[in-house]
Amino acid sequence: MIAIVDYGVGNLASVRKAFRAVGHDAELVRDTQRLREARALVLPGVGHFGHCSREFHRYELGPAVTDARRRGVPILGICVGMQLFFEGSEEAADAPGLGLLPGRVRKMRGVPRLPQIGWNEVQVTGSHPWLAAASGWYYFVHSYAAEPDADVTLGTVDYGGARTAIVGGDGILGVQFHPEKSGPAGLRLIRAWAEAVA
Amino acid sequence: MTVAKRVIACLDIRAGKVVKSVRFVDTKDIGDAIEFARRYNDEGVDELLFLDINASHERRRTAVEFASRVADELFIPFTVGGGIASAEVAGEILRTGADKVAVNSGAVRDPSLITAIAERYGSQACVLSIDGKRSNGMFEVVVDGGRVATGRDAVAWAKEAVGRGAGEVLVNSIDRDGTKLGFDLEMTSAIADAVDVPVIASGGASSSDDFVTLFHETAADAGLAASIFHYRELTIPDVKSAIAAAGIRVRPSEAFVGGGRGRSPLR
Repeated sequence: MIAIVDYGVGNLASVRKAFRAVGHDAELVRDTQRLREARALVLPGVGHFGHCSREFHRYELGPAVTDARRRGVPILGICVGMQLFFEGSEEAADAPGLGLLPGRVRKMRGVPRLPQIGWNEVQVTGSHPWLAAASGWYYFVHSYAAEPDADVTLGTVDYGGARTAIVGGDGILGVQFHPEKSGPAGLRLIRAWAEAVA
Repeated sequence: MTVAKRVIACLDIRAGKVVKSVRFVDTKDIGDAIEFARRYNDEGVDELLFLDINASHERRRTAVEFASRVADELFIPFTVGGGIASAEVAGEILRTGADKVAVNSGAVRDPSLITAIAERYGSQACVLSIDGKRSNGMFEVVVDGGRVATGRDAVAWAKEAVGRGAGEVLVNSIDRDGTKLGFDLEMTSAIADAVDVPVIASGGASSSDDFVTLFHETAADAGLAASIFHYRELTIPDVKSAIAAAGIRVRPSEAFVGGGRGRSPLR
């Protein structure tokens, strides 16, 4: 089972529908026991980091996700779900991330407008087994971007300078954009991931 | 570099049917909304806006089920507007798979609506839609589908709404709506220069050149049109080709790149 971690925030329906559109069932799961049974996890998120972090931790989902990470269960993070991989965000200093990847999330500076809303072109800069042919146009909605400490950046987008668009490592991938809202390119990325973790 | 300029198709709907609106009077059915949405999606539209044009003055809630059907099969961003008067209704729509809600009359009556939506769902989910027209030397906000003048200054209202948490502003010119005279560059600029969030221009577009002019002469991030796309007077790929040819960054639609035109418009 692919489990979409359901902490009540944001684009859950869209993500689920996108998986269905590429022939893979993904279930919305909040129960921690069921999360431990999943063969892959999707961590969605949208809006304010603080709100996402608080809701996520209110349902006490942290241990199930960090445990999955330890056990090598594949994880895909989307937008604020990806930001939650990091230690924290400037958007909400008191709200912790999961610390799955080293670094923090910071407000984008020197940009024309905030938030960045719309389509932008992603350059894949690193290699990852789940990222074949992932360069292309994706839909972004964000004011904050991850600033990883280690070399976990796999793709960037140019918005007043290079911003982190894709991060990852062994068994983990995070995207700042919304693949579930990025038309054919996004669906291809979701399908490639679903097939790789199947 | 910056984000691509967006081309947005608007569908005025009533019970799932697309209705055309010229100066917000006289509507007639011209087809099933989902069919139109599908076509625009196939043509590579960047975003869709669904307005339930009767919702506001009949005080009924926007079609949540309709939004859910759209989200079942289209995987591009879409906004739903019309008659949204509470954060609860906004939440219902967003949970179906809509990305944003557009608030208009409801926010003029109760500006705390913007704050409530932004706090719960994020600023990115809250679009302030302004219907404005020239009046007494200013751009005046009108509500209830363009029928009721408020005496409020549209630029001041946009600034206030952004301060309250609106993440985007849709500027619809009542003077231009349905006239095919081109976008209202003056009103769009007045608002785009006053706020720091993305601005969508709406009303009056009839040609690809209107989009090019909009992006050359104003700071708008997106241009929106309805009837010209409905009647195929203009297609999304036509508009995008023209924008790209003018040296403005735009997302090439895949159908468009792969559609035998020979080259990506960006290279």
